[in-house]
Amino acid sequence: MNQQEIEVILARQLSEYLALPIFLVDQAGNLLFYNEPAESLLGRRFAETGPMPVDDWAVIFQPTDEDDRPLAREQLPLVIALQTGRPAHGGFWIRGLDGVMRRIYVMAFPLIGQADRRLGALAIFWEATD
Amino acid sequence: MKVRLWGTRGSLPAPGPDTVRYGGNTSCVQVNGSGGTVVVLDAGTGIRRAGLALGDQPRRVDILLTHLHMDHIQGLGFFAPLRQPGWEVHIWGPGSTTLDLRARLSRYLSPPTFPVLLRELPSELHLHEVPRGDFEIGEFHVSSVLICHPNPTVGYRLSTSEGALTYLPDHEPALGVRRFPAEPEWTSGYALAEGVDLLLHDAQYSNQEYSARVGFGHSSISQALLFAALAGVGRVVPFHHDPSHSDDELDRLMAEALAEAPAPLAVTPGREGEVFEV
Repeated sequence: MNQQEIEVILARQLSEYLALPIFLVDQAGNLLFYNEPAESLLGRRFAETGPMPVDDWAVIFQPTDEDDRPLAREQLPLVIALQTGRPAHGGFWIRGLDGVMRRIYVMAFPLIGQADRRLGALAIFWEATD
Repeated sequence: MKVRLWGTRGSLPAPGPDTVRYGGNTSCVQVNGSGGTVVVLDAGTGIRRAGLALGDQPRRVDILLTHLHMDHIQGLGFFAPLRQPGWEVHIWGPGSTTLDLRARLSRYLSPPTFPVLLRELPSELHLHEVPRGDFEIGEFHVSSVLICHPNPTVGYRLSTSEGALTYLPDHEPALGVRRFPAEPEWTSGYALAEGVDLLLHDAQYSNQEYSARVGFGHSSISQALLFAALAGVGRVVPFHHDPSHSDDELDRLMAEALAEAPAPLAVTPGREGEVFEV
Protein backbone atom coordinates (compact mmCIF):
# COMPACT_ATOMS: atom_id res chain seq x y z
CA MET A 1 0.00 0.00 0.00
CA ASN A 2 1.19 3.50 -0.80
CA GLN A 3 1.77 5.62 2.25
CA GLN A 4 1.42 9.39 2.43
CA GLU A 5 4.60 11.39 2.90
CA ILE A 6 5.25 12.44 6.48
CA GLU A 7 4.76 16.12 5.64
CA VAL A 8 1.29 15.30 4.31
CA ILE A 9 0.48 13.19 7.36
CA LEU A 10 1.50 16.02 9.64
CA ALA A 11 -0.38 18.57 7.55
CA ARG A 12 -3.57 16.59 7.94
CA GLN A 13 -2.98 16.24 11.65
CA LEU A 14 -2.39 19.97 12.00
CA SER A 15 -5.56 20.72 10.07
CA GLU A 16 -7.55 18.42 12.35
CA TYR A 17 -6.41 20.44 15.35
CA LEU A 18 -7.02 23.90 13.88
CA ALA A 19 -10.28 25.80 13.94
CA LEU A 20 -9.66 27.23 10.46
CA PRO A 21 -11.26 25.53 7.45
CA ILE A 22 -8.52 23.64 5.63
CA PHE A 23 -8.50 21.68 2.35
CA LEU A 24 -5.57 19.36 1.56
CA VAL A 25 -4.66 17.94 -1.83
CA ASP A 26 -1.81 15.84 -3.20
CA GLN A 27 0.49 16.91 -6.02
CA ALA A 28 -1.91 15.56 -8.63
CA GLY A 29 -4.61 17.76 -7.14
CA ASN A 30 -6.57 14.92 -5.61
CA LEU A 31 -8.47 15.92 -2.50
CA LEU A 32 -6.99 14.07 0.46
CA PHE A 33 -8.83 15.67 3.33
CA TYR A 34 -10.79 18.64 4.60
CA ASN A 35 -11.33 19.33 8.27
CA GLU A 36 -14.44 19.88 10.37
CA PRO A 37 -14.46 23.69 10.06
CA ALA A 38 -14.32 23.23 6.28
CA GLU A 39 -17.24 20.85 6.38
CA SER A 40 -19.59 23.59 7.51
CA LEU A 41 -18.61 25.78 4.52
CA LEU A 42 -18.54 22.98 1.97
CA GLY A 43 -21.87 21.67 3.19
CA ARG A 44 -20.97 18.04 3.69
CA ARG A 45 -18.85 15.98 6.02
CA PHE A 46 -15.58 14.66 4.62
CA ALA A 47 -16.59 11.21 5.81
CA GLU A 48 -19.42 11.41 3.29
CA THR A 49 -17.51 12.84 0.32
CA GLY A 50 -14.20 11.07 0.88
CA PRO A 51 -11.18 11.76 -1.32
CA MET A 52 -11.92 12.91 -4.85
CA PRO A 53 -9.94 13.84 -7.97
CA VAL A 54 -9.33 17.46 -8.90
CA ASP A 55 -11.68 17.15 -11.86
CA ASP A 56 -14.49 16.49 -9.40
CA TRP A 57 -13.83 18.90 -6.57
CA ALA A 58 -12.97 21.76 -8.94
CA VAL A 59 -16.54 21.69 -10.26
CA ILE A 60 -18.65 20.08 -7.56
CA PHE A 61 -18.57 23.24 -5.46
CA GLN A 62 -19.44 25.33 -8.54
CA PRO A 63 -16.88 28.11 -8.06
CA THR A 64 -17.95 31.35 -9.72
CA ASP A 65 -16.61 34.89 -9.87
CA GLU A 66 -18.33 38.09 -8.79
CA ASP A 67 -20.25 38.16 -12.09
CA ASP A 68 -21.48 34.61 -11.63
CA ARG A 69 -19.16 33.27 -14.33
CA PRO A 70 -17.78 29.78 -13.65
CA LEU A 71 -14.11 29.66 -12.72
CA ALA A 72 -11.84 27.29 -14.57
CA ARG A 73 -9.87 25.05 -12.25
CA GLU A 74 -6.66 26.81 -13.35
CA GLN A 75 -8.07 29.97 -11.74
CA LEU A 76 -8.47 28.40 -8.31
CA PRO A 77 -5.79 29.42 -5.79
CA LEU A 78 -5.18 25.83 -4.76
CA VAL A 79 -4.52 24.77 -8.33
CA ILE A 80 -2.32 27.81 -8.91
CA ALA A 81 -0.27 26.95 -5.82
CA LEU A 82 0.12 23.39 -7.08
CA GLN A 83 1.13 24.44 -10.56
CA THR A 84 3.45 27.32 -9.68
CA GLY A 85 4.88 26.12 -6.39
CA ARG A 86 4.04 29.48 -4.87
CA PRO A 87 1.31 30.72 -2.54
CA ALA A 88 -1.83 32.04 -4.17
CA HIS A 89 -5.00 33.68 -2.92
CA GLY A 90 -8.35 34.82 -4.16
CA GLY A 91 -12.00 35.37 -3.41
CA PHE A 92 -14.96 33.77 -5.17
CA TRP A 93 -18.34 32.12 -4.66
CA ILE A 94 -19.00 28.45 -4.11
CA ARG A 95 -22.17 26.47 -3.74
CA GLY A 96 -21.83 24.08 -0.83
CA LEU A 97 -23.14 20.57 -1.11
CA ASP A 98 -25.93 21.74 1.19
CA GLY A 99 -27.04 24.04 -1.68
CA VAL A 100 -25.99 27.27 0.03
CA MET A 101 -24.01 29.88 -1.92
CA ARG A 102 -21.12 31.32 0.06
CA ARG A 103 -18.49 33.89 -0.82
CA ILE A 104 -15.12 32.69 0.40
CA TYR A 105 -11.55 33.85 0.49
CA VAL A 106 -8.83 31.28 -0.07
CA MET A 107 -5.15 31.32 0.85
CA ALA A 108 -3.33 28.37 -0.68
CA PHE A 109 0.29 27.33 -0.38
CA PRO A 110 2.29 24.46 -1.82
CA LEU A 111 3.69 21.69 0.36
CA ILE A 112 7.33 21.50 -0.62
CA GLY A 113 9.27 18.95 1.40
CA GLN A 114 12.92 18.22 1.99
CA ALA A 115 14.99 18.10 -1.20
CA ASP A 116 12.35 20.19 -2.98
CA ARG A 117 9.86 17.35 -3.12
CA ARG A 118 6.51 18.68 -4.36
CA LEU A 119 3.96 16.94 -2.19
CA GLY A 120 0.71 18.79 -2.74
CA ALA A 121 -0.93 21.93 -1.44
CA LEU A 122 -3.02 23.16 1.42
CA ALA A 123 -5.71 25.83 1.34
CA ILE A 124 -7.01 27.81 4.27
CA PHE A 125 -10.31 29.48 3.53
CA TRP A 126 -13.00 31.44 5.29
CA GLU A 127 -16.41 32.91 4.54
CA ALA A 128 -16.40 36.56 3.51
CA THR A 129 -18.22 38.85 5.89
CA ASP A 130 -17.65 42.09 3.97
CA MET B 1 22.13 -10.87 6.38
CA LYS B 2 23.39 -10.88 9.94
CA VAL B 3 22.16 -8.19 12.31
CA ARG B 4 23.92 -7.37 15.58
CA LEU B 5 22.66 -4.92 18.19
CA TRP B 6 25.54 -2.83 19.57
CA GLY B 7 23.40 -0.16 21.22
CA THR B 8 19.80 -0.47 22.37
CA ARG B 9 19.33 2.53 24.64
CA GLY B 10 17.58 5.76 23.71
CA SER B 11 18.29 9.38 24.52
CA LEU B 12 21.29 8.91 26.82
CA PRO B 13 23.81 6.17 27.58
CA ALA B 14 22.75 4.31 30.70
CA PRO B 15 25.64 2.12 31.85
CA GLY B 16 25.50 0.50 35.26
CA PRO B 17 24.59 -2.62 37.17
CA ASP B 18 20.88 -2.12 36.48
CA THR B 19 21.20 -2.15 32.68
CA VAL B 20 23.66 -4.94 31.93
CA ARG B 21 21.14 -7.27 30.29
CA TYR B 22 19.40 -4.83 27.93
CA GLY B 23 22.49 -2.67 27.57
CA GLY B 24 23.47 0.90 28.23
CA ASN B 25 24.86 2.04 24.87
CA THR B 26 22.80 4.22 22.58
CA SER B 27 21.54 3.20 19.14
CA CYS B 28 23.84 1.26 16.87
CA VAL B 29 23.13 -1.83 14.79
CA GLN B 30 25.55 -3.60 12.47
CA VAL B 31 24.28 -5.39 9.40
CA ASN B 32 26.55 -7.76 7.50
CA GLY B 33 25.46 -8.88 4.08
CA SER B 34 26.32 -12.34 2.88
CA GLY B 35 28.32 -10.72 0.09
CA GLY B 36 30.60 -8.94 2.54
CA THR B 37 28.97 -5.51 2.66
CA VAL B 38 28.97 -3.92 6.11
CA VAL B 39 26.36 -1.33 7.06
CA VAL B 40 26.13 0.34 10.46
CA LEU B 41 22.81 1.85 11.44
CA ASP B 42 23.32 4.95 13.57
CA ALA B 43 26.38 6.03 15.48
CA GLY B 44 25.30 6.01 19.09
CA THR B 45 27.81 4.99 21.72
CA GLY B 46 27.43 1.36 20.66
CA ILE B 47 29.42 2.13 17.51
CA ARG B 48 32.68 2.18 19.45
CA ARG B 49 32.58 -1.59 19.95
CA ALA B 50 31.22 -2.09 16.44
CA GLY B 51 34.27 -0.32 15.06
CA LEU B 52 36.66 -2.44 17.11
CA ALA B 53 34.92 -5.62 15.95
CA LEU B 54 35.48 -4.71 12.32
CA GLY B 55 39.18 -5.36 12.77
CA ASP B 56 42.23 -3.69 11.31
CA GLN B 57 41.93 -4.68 7.67
CA PRO B 58 40.85 -1.46 5.86
CA ARG B 59 37.79 -1.73 3.67
CA ARG B 60 34.52 0.08 3.04
CA VAL B 61 31.87 0.60 5.69
CA ASP B 62 28.64 2.57 5.34
CA ILE B 63 27.01 4.34 8.28
CA LEU B 64 23.33 5.17 7.86
CA LEU B 65 22.24 7.89 10.28
CA THR B 66 18.52 8.21 10.91
CA HIS B 67 18.91 11.71 12.31
CA LEU B 68 21.42 13.84 14.12
CA HIS B 69 20.18 13.78 17.70
CA MET B 70 23.13 13.27 20.01
CA ASP B 71 22.26 9.72 21.03
CA HIS B 72 22.59 8.72 17.37
CA ILE B 73 25.91 10.40 16.57
CA GLN B 74 27.72 10.56 19.88
CA GLY B 75 29.92 7.58 19.10
CA LEU B 76 30.94 8.73 15.64
CA GLY B 77 34.24 10.27 16.73
CA PHE B 78 35.18 7.01 18.42
CA PHE B 79 34.49 4.75 15.44
CA ALA B 80 37.90 3.21 14.79
CA PRO B 81 37.69 3.02 10.97
CA LEU B 82 37.23 6.79 10.79
CA ARG B 83 40.54 7.28 12.56
CA GLN B 84 42.57 4.88 10.44
CA PRO B 85 44.05 5.56 6.98
CA GLY B 86 42.88 3.28 4.23
CA TRP B 87 39.30 2.86 5.40
CA GLU B 88 36.56 4.10 3.09
CA VAL B 89 33.72 5.39 5.27
CA HIS B 90 30.45 6.53 3.79
CA ILE B 91 28.07 8.41 6.09
CA TRP B 92 24.48 8.76 4.95
CA GLY B 93 22.02 10.98 6.78
CA PRO B 94 19.43 13.72 6.48
CA GLY B 95 20.42 17.27 5.81
CA SER B 96 18.07 20.13 6.55
CA THR B 97 16.46 22.79 4.44
CA THR B 98 19.32 25.15 5.25
CA LEU B 99 22.42 23.10 6.12
CA ASP B 100 23.97 20.12 4.39
CA LEU B 101 24.97 16.98 6.25
CA ARG B 102 28.61 17.99 6.60
CA ALA B 103 27.73 21.32 8.17
CA ARG B 104 25.28 19.72 10.56
CA LEU B 105 27.66 16.95 11.64
CA SER B 106 30.42 19.51 12.09
CA ARG B 107 28.37 21.22 14.75
CA TYR B 108 29.25 18.28 16.96
CA LEU B 109 32.49 17.09 15.38
CA SER B 110 34.38 20.33 15.92
CA PRO B 111 35.76 22.25 18.91
CA PRO B 112 34.66 22.91 21.55
CA THR B 113 32.35 19.88 21.59
CA PHE B 114 34.94 17.55 19.97
CA PRO B 115 38.67 18.10 19.50
CA VAL B 116 38.95 16.74 15.95
CA LEU B 117 37.44 18.21 12.80
CA LEU B 118 35.74 16.02 10.22
CA ARG B 119 38.29 17.06 7.59
CA GLU B 120 41.16 15.99 9.86
CA LEU B 121 40.03 12.36 9.99
CA PRO B 122 42.57 10.20 8.12
CA SER B 123 40.07 7.80 6.58
CA GLU B 124 38.50 8.39 3.17
CA LEU B 125 35.22 9.99 4.15
CA HIS B 126 32.19 10.40 1.89
CA LEU B 127 28.98 12.12 2.97
CA HIS B 128 25.61 11.49 1.33
CA GLU B 129 22.26 13.09 2.04
CA VAL B 130 19.01 11.16 2.31
CA PRO B 131 16.18 10.76 1.53
CA ARG B 132 17.10 10.50 -2.09
CA GLY B 133 14.88 7.68 -3.16
CA ASP B 134 16.15 4.16 -3.18
CA PHE B 135 19.84 3.46 -3.57
CA GLU B 136 22.25 0.57 -3.49
CA ILE B 137 25.05 -0.22 -1.04
CA GLY B 138 26.82 -3.39 -2.08
CA GLU B 139 24.22 -6.15 -2.07
CA PHE B 140 21.76 -4.04 -0.07
CA HIS B 141 18.89 -2.21 -1.68
CA VAL B 142 18.23 0.70 0.66
CA SER B 143 15.02 2.69 0.98
CA SER B 144 14.91 5.78 3.15
CA VAL B 145 11.80 7.75 4.02
CA LEU B 146 11.15 10.65 6.36
CA ILE B 147 9.25 9.52 9.44
CA CYS B 148 7.48 11.04 12.41
CA HIS B 149 10.13 12.30 14.85
CA PRO B 150 11.23 15.85 15.65
CA ASN B 151 13.81 17.32 13.26
CA PRO B 152 14.38 15.63 9.92
CA THR B 153 14.50 11.91 10.65
CA VAL B 154 14.47 9.01 8.25
CA GLY B 155 13.84 5.31 8.63
CA TYR B 156 15.66 2.71 6.57
CA ARG B 157 14.72 -0.53 4.91
CA LEU B 158 17.57 -2.80 3.80
CA SER B 159 16.65 -5.54 1.37
CA THR B 160 18.52 -8.36 -0.27
CA SER B 161 17.40 -11.47 -2.06
CA GLU B 162 17.50 -13.16 1.37
CA GLY B 163 15.12 -10.85 3.17
CA ALA B 164 14.53 -7.38 4.49
CA LEU B 165 15.16 -5.37 7.64
CA THR B 166 13.50 -2.11 8.68
CA TYR B 167 15.10 0.22 11.20
CA LEU B 168 12.94 2.82 12.97
CA PRO B 169 14.70 3.61 16.25
CA ASP B 170 12.98 6.94 16.89
CA HIS B 171 9.44 6.87 15.65
CA GLU B 172 5.97 7.91 16.76
CA PRO B 173 3.55 6.31 14.30
CA ALA B 174 0.60 6.95 16.60
CA LEU B 175 0.98 10.66 15.92
CA GLY B 176 -0.78 11.89 12.84
CA VAL B 177 -3.27 9.09 12.58
CA ARG B 178 -6.78 9.26 14.01
CA ARG B 179 -7.06 5.70 15.19
CA PHE B 180 -3.95 3.74 15.93
CA PRO B 181 -3.32 1.16 14.69
CA ALA B 182 -5.44 1.70 11.60
CA GLU B 183 -5.27 3.62 8.33
CA PRO B 184 -1.94 2.27 7.04
CA GLU B 185 -1.94 4.92 4.31
CA TRP B 186 -1.74 7.61 7.00
CA THR B 187 0.66 5.83 9.33
CA SER B 188 4.22 7.09 9.39
CA GLY B 189 6.76 4.42 8.52
CA TYR B 190 4.20 1.91 7.29
CA ALA B 191 5.55 1.60 3.75
CA LEU B 192 9.05 0.97 5.05
CA ALA B 193 7.93 -1.74 7.44
CA GLU B 194 5.21 -3.48 5.42
CA GLY B 195 5.88 -7.21 5.28
CA VAL B 196 9.48 -6.92 6.41
CA ASP B 197 11.23 -9.92 7.97
CA LEU B 198 12.76 -8.02 10.88
CA LEU B 199 11.64 -4.70 12.32
CA LEU B 200 13.74 -2.82 14.86
CA HIS B 201 11.41 -0.26 16.39
CA ASP B 202 11.33 2.47 18.99
CA ALA B 203 9.88 1.25 22.29
CA GLN B 204 10.99 3.99 24.62
CA TYR B 205 8.02 4.28 26.93
CA SER B 206 5.43 2.47 28.96
CA ASN B 207 1.86 3.33 27.97
CA GLN B 208 1.57 5.56 31.02
CA GLU B 209 4.75 7.43 30.12
CA TYR B 210 3.64 7.86 26.51
CA SER B 211 0.41 9.53 27.52
CA ALA B 212 2.47 12.29 29.15
CA ARG B 213 4.90 12.56 26.22
CA VAL B 214 2.77 12.62 23.10
CA GLY B 215 4.65 14.44 20.38
CA PHE B 216 8.11 13.67 21.75
CA GLY B 217 8.67 11.40 18.76
CA HIS B 218 8.75 8.04 20.50
CA SER B 219 6.50 5.03 21.02
CA SER B 220 5.44 2.89 23.89
CA ILE B 221 6.38 -0.78 23.79
CA SER B 222 2.75 -1.65 23.12
CA GLN B 223 2.59 0.80 20.21
CA ALA B 224 5.72 -0.77 18.71
CA LEU B 225 4.01 -4.14 18.79
CA LEU B 226 0.76 -2.78 17.36
CA PHE B 227 2.66 -1.05 14.55
CA ALA B 228 4.49 -4.30 13.81
CA ALA B 229 1.21 -6.19 13.65
CA LEU B 230 -0.30 -3.56 11.37
CA ALA B 231 2.68 -3.81 9.02
CA GLY B 232 2.63 -7.60 9.08
CA VAL B 233 6.29 -8.02 9.97
CA GLY B 234 7.97 -11.36 10.56
CA ARG B 235 9.61 -10.38 13.84
CA VAL B 236 9.74 -7.17 15.83
CA VAL B 237 12.55 -6.10 18.12
CA PRO B 238 11.41 -3.33 20.47
CA PHE B 239 14.43 -1.26 21.53
CA HIS B 240 15.66 2.31 22.04
CA HIS B 241 14.82 1.81 25.69
CA ASP B 242 14.34 4.78 27.96
CA PRO B 243 17.51 5.42 30.01
CA SER B 244 15.46 5.40 33.21
CA HIS B 245 14.28 1.82 32.67
CA SER B 246 16.27 -0.79 34.53
CA ASP B 247 16.58 -4.39 33.37
CA ASP B 248 13.97 -5.52 35.88
CA GLU B 249 11.61 -2.76 34.88
CA LEU B 250 12.06 -3.58 31.20
CA ASP B 251 11.34 -7.24 31.93
CA ARG B 252 8.08 -6.18 33.54
CA LEU B 253 7.11 -3.67 30.84
CA MET B 254 7.89 -6.13 28.05
CA ALA B 255 5.84 -8.85 29.74
CA GLU B 256 2.89 -6.50 30.13
CA ALA B 257 3.07 -5.39 26.50
CA LEU B 258 3.47 -8.94 25.24
CA ALA B 259 0.41 -10.04 27.22
CA GLU B 260 -1.67 -7.51 25.30
CA ALA B 261 0.07 -7.94 21.94
CA PRO B 262 -1.92 -9.06 18.95
CA ALA B 263 -1.33 -12.71 18.22
CA PRO B 264 0.48 -14.11 16.38
CA LEU B 265 3.43 -11.75 16.61
CA ALA B 266 7.05 -12.80 17.02
CA VAL B 267 8.76 -10.48 19.48
CA THR B 268 12.33 -10.39 20.75
CA PRO B 269 13.10 -7.56 23.18
CA GLY B 270 16.17 -5.68 22.00
CA ARG B 271 19.22 -6.50 24.09
CA GLU B 272 22.76 -5.35 23.45
CA GLY B 273 24.76 -8.12 21.80
CA GLU B 274 21.71 -9.87 20.35
CA VAL B 275 22.23 -11.29 16.86
CA PHE B 276 19.57 -12.01 14.26
CA GLU B 277 19.77 -13.81 10.94
CA VAL B 278 17.51 -12.54 8.17
